[in-house]
Amino acid sequence: GKNEYDLLVIGGGSGGLACAKEAAQFGRKVAVMDYVEPSPQGTSWGIGGTCVNVGCIPKKLMHQAALLGSALKDAQRYGWNISQPVHHTWSVMAQGVQNYVKSLNWGHRVQLQEKKVKYFNIKGRFSDPHTVRGLTKAGKETVVTADNIVIATGGRPKYPVHVAGALEYGITSDDLFWLKESPGKTLPNFILYVSLECAGFLTGIGLDTTVMMRSVPLRGFDQASHLSKKKQFFFTTQQQMASLVTEHMESYGTKFLKRCFPTKVEKLKNNRLQVTWKNADLDREETDSFDTVMWAVGRAPDTKTLNLEAVGVKTNSETGKIIVDASEATSVPHIYAVGDITEGRPELTPTAIAAGKLLAQRLFGQSSELMDYDNVPTTVFTPLEYGCVGLSEEAAVQRHGSDNIEVYHAYYKPLEFTVAERDATQCYMKMVCLREREQRILGLHFIGPNAGEVIQGFALGIKCGATYPQMMKTVGIHPTCAEEVTKLHITKRSGLDATVTGC
Amino acid sequence: SVQAHKEEDGPQKTMEVNRFTPVPASYDYDLIVIGGGSGGLAAAKEAAKYEKKVMVLDFVTPTPQGSSWGLGGTCVNVGCIPKKLMHQAALLGQALQDSRKFGWQFTEEVKHNWMTMTESVQNYIGSLNWGYRVALRDTKVTYENAYGEFVGPHTIKATNKKGIEKLYTAERFIIATGERPRYLGIPGDKEYCISSDDLFSLPYCPGKTLVVGASYVALECAGFLAGLGLDVTVMVRSILLRGFDQDMANRIGEYMKEHGVNFIRKFVPIKVERVEEGTPGILKVTAKSTAGEQIIEGEYNTVLLAIGRDPCTRKIGLDKVGVNINEKTGKIPVNDAEQTNVPYIYAIGDILQDKLELTPVAIQAGRLLVRRLYAGATTKCDYVNVPTTVFTPLEYGACGYSEETAVEKFGEENIEVYHSHFWPLEWTVPSRDNNKCYAKIICNIQDNERVIGFHVLGPNAGEVTQGFAAAIKCGLTKEQLDSTVGIHPVCAEV
Repeated sequence: GKNEYDLLVIGGGSGGLACAKEAAQFGRKVAVMDYVEPSPQGTSWGIGGTCVNVGCIPKKLMHQAALLGSALKDAQRYGWNISQPVHHTWSVMAQGVQNYVKSLNWGHRVQLQEKKVKYFNIKGRFSDPHTVRGLTKAGKETVVTADNIVIATGGRPKYPVHVAGALEYGITSDDLFWLKESPGKTLPNFILYVSLECAGFLTGIGLDTTVMMRSVPLRGFDQASHLSKKKQFFFTTQQQMASLVTEHMESYGTKFLKRCFPTKVEKLKNNRLQVTWKNADLDREETDSFDTVMWAVGRAPDTKTLNLEAVGVKTNSETGKIIVDASEATSVPHIYAVGDITEGRPELTPTAIAAGKLLAQRLFGQSSELMDYDNVPTTVFTPLEYGCVGLSEEAAVQRHGSDNIEVYHAYYKPLEFTVAERDATQCYMKMVCLREREQRILGLHFIGPNAGEVIQGFALGIKCGATYPQMMKTVGIHPTCAEEVTKLHITKRSGLDATVTGC
Repeated sequence: SVQAHKEEDGPQKTMEVNRFTPVPASYDYDLIVIGGGSGGLAAAKEAAKYEKKVMVLDFVTPTPQGSSWGLGGTCVNVGCIPKKLMHQAALLGQALQDSRKFGWQFTEEVKHNWMTMTESVQNYIGSLNWGYRVALRDTKVTYENAYGEFVGPHTIKATNKKGIEKLYTAERFIIATGERPRYLGIPGDKEYCISSDDLFSLPYCPGKTLVVGASYVALECAGFLAGLGLDVTVMVRSILLRGFDQDMANRIGEYMKEHGVNFIRKFVPIKVERVEEGTPGILKVTAKSTAGEQIIEGEYNTVLLAIGRDPCTRKIGLDKVGVNINEKTGKIPVNDAEQTNVPYIYAIGDILQDKLELTPVAIQAGRLLVRRLYAGATTKCDYVNVPTTVFTPLEYGACGYSEETAVEKFGEENIEVYHSHFWPLEWTVPSRDNNKCYAKIICNIQDNERVIGFHVLGPNAGEVTQGFAAAIKCGLTKEQLDSTVGIHPVCAEV
């Protein structure tokens, strides 16, 4: 018989909702299925996916809370008389953040309604290529059929299951943002930027935070082996930038336990947690107690319960992610996938949204435009932010050879740090260019305040094929941090001091 | 420049120097730069790289109130730098308010101490003055703290603070004397009013302030003074931010009004009197309507004049060497190589006619000019699509055409304006305005929807705008803009 819907989207996150809403614009009959399996600690949330509920949004807001803590310190130097000491109350912040997130959940529900997209709060699984079944919370079975199905179920944090007590006593980012009470003395176990960002803002609001990492920041393929080749480059080769970021965090108060890996987590009588780990450098076991242990050891694609095998959707055997082609099509006709669930794509909200929209336009809007995954800008919101677009230095060297690459770089000091007497040692930027002919810019990397705001416009430039001469022709805006990009002229090759001096 | 060699009577005789330059005897210097500001210092340091013998003359005539400052020019001492720092102080005041909603707790009332801030700012500026002195010394540029003026072809007279005069000759000159604030020419203006030249080193809190003017200087100063908790009124003769996109200008004004700045529109002061002595004292301002006969009066602790700036070109002997200036404005017209009508005399920076009054432009022009003079370069300064930012409480970044100018130049039917309000994520939790931040791009439909104007109103507008300016320089089109993925969550992704 005829399928009930033109499009069914499984997963109401950044990619899924963007795709569904776009398809609805073309007057199609669209349904969205969204379901949040509670975390092992019991945390759950509304529609909107990772970004809105347990990702970008609450992360940036808590990052802002931490930045405001620094602003309070700066303010005194700028003449504001604030009585010391200043305290931070987790629950006030958490409530503010959670209320805002809930307003976004609400906003999405309203939008779906306005666009006449049917919303099912059920956990779906495929029974055939055009049919998805699921049980509502109340236990009622629902069957949905559709001509086209888009899988956008995203990912969930992994647990280090080989560590005793990890699952019972540890939390993840899924839980952190919904804690009603302060996490206290926290140990985020590190692999990716998630851990650094969380450790960063936890330190910023005054909590005793320690980051434990298996090896020195982002070095070594073992930590990145579950990532695609493309992402491996990004993470394993950003050594210079990563070490600047973590150096800053260390000077800012975050403790780092390098080359350590946890062996067990136990609960103490006073409800605190005892963590035991192996210190690889000293070759001995160490232990300490914490209020909270947070795991940030990577995210796993949420495909287990979809029953993909039954319909033949192929996944990558190593990562578990769904394999798609340039048009987001899976191995099964009429079944597509977008967002974090797809193999070889950046795990970012804006790319999921863009890909979802373009997919809907191709399916229902007679468009043939494919998603361009090149030169996607990103930002890591650590206390000192890191924004980048294009190739890392190492990737550029690998692709073109070090003789054909020129790296311009500079250490600079944001004007606002001067009166505040803040340390700008790690404020740094570098531009990776081709050496020959028009000297096209391959990549731009910036560490400093408001890194995202700085990088965004330059990403546009790179999309337009910006060259080094064009950058030099662009007049700077004074006084900003971003203007230093237009003034980069010291090369790494020259070995000269790259510190910016005066106006 | 063409140099015709001819026997001449001597340097004292005034002659048509654009055709009859004297035989170059050996000059004291290859290059003398008059004015040690952004443009002047950049040019001097660049010339020193090519082993030229360079001198910089810099002198600050004290303000009517007696303020003065060191080497570095307007930007460093009484412009961009102290302005941005005080703007930052005001932003931090706002941050304090926000931080409570983000969980930070401290006493209810937080006051601002003007002296603490000003001292820190002045200390930083002092370090920059010092840095410049050292940089000049290290690059072997001769620096004299003396007032330079032309007395004849290739000859300049330098008068120092003590009145001692010296003569110097040079093969070439660069005039980079910049500007100083204009006064109203009404009773009491010089005696009682201050300008931006005085504000940043004011040794007492200005208190209840009247800012006269609607320039970006006026709005930026009014903005941060209000942000520090002071009672601020802005008296505007006609429109805000003349020359800027008026839609954006009005939004800036609205925001300032909603955040506590009072505006008196269509009035000009006609008299300023002192009612009470003190630091600050109390001043009485009488103002007249521009639209009728109405007269109003008001009392303020401080009156800050920000009605414009005049080039320092009237008293530097330009007539002695025949350099043309625009008699009305005092600005110097130059060709696209920054050359005046006198071939060996160049000019850069704020004093140029029809050019933007910005530090980075002056620096760029100065450097490129020197490279052309001494390093065989040919690149000229690119004055097109220069980005700027106005650091009002709600910052405004722009690059390219304003909407009005685009309509005028291309015709309304040939341009498309894409626009959007946005709510910075950081403003959500503290419940700050959700419909004030705004961005628009202006595209030329006939040229592949090329982006010809970019405007953004919001936090960190300068940081946001810089990259877009680079992209516009690369010929950004709407399609390319659409296909660029945003960074999330930041304001710039809008």
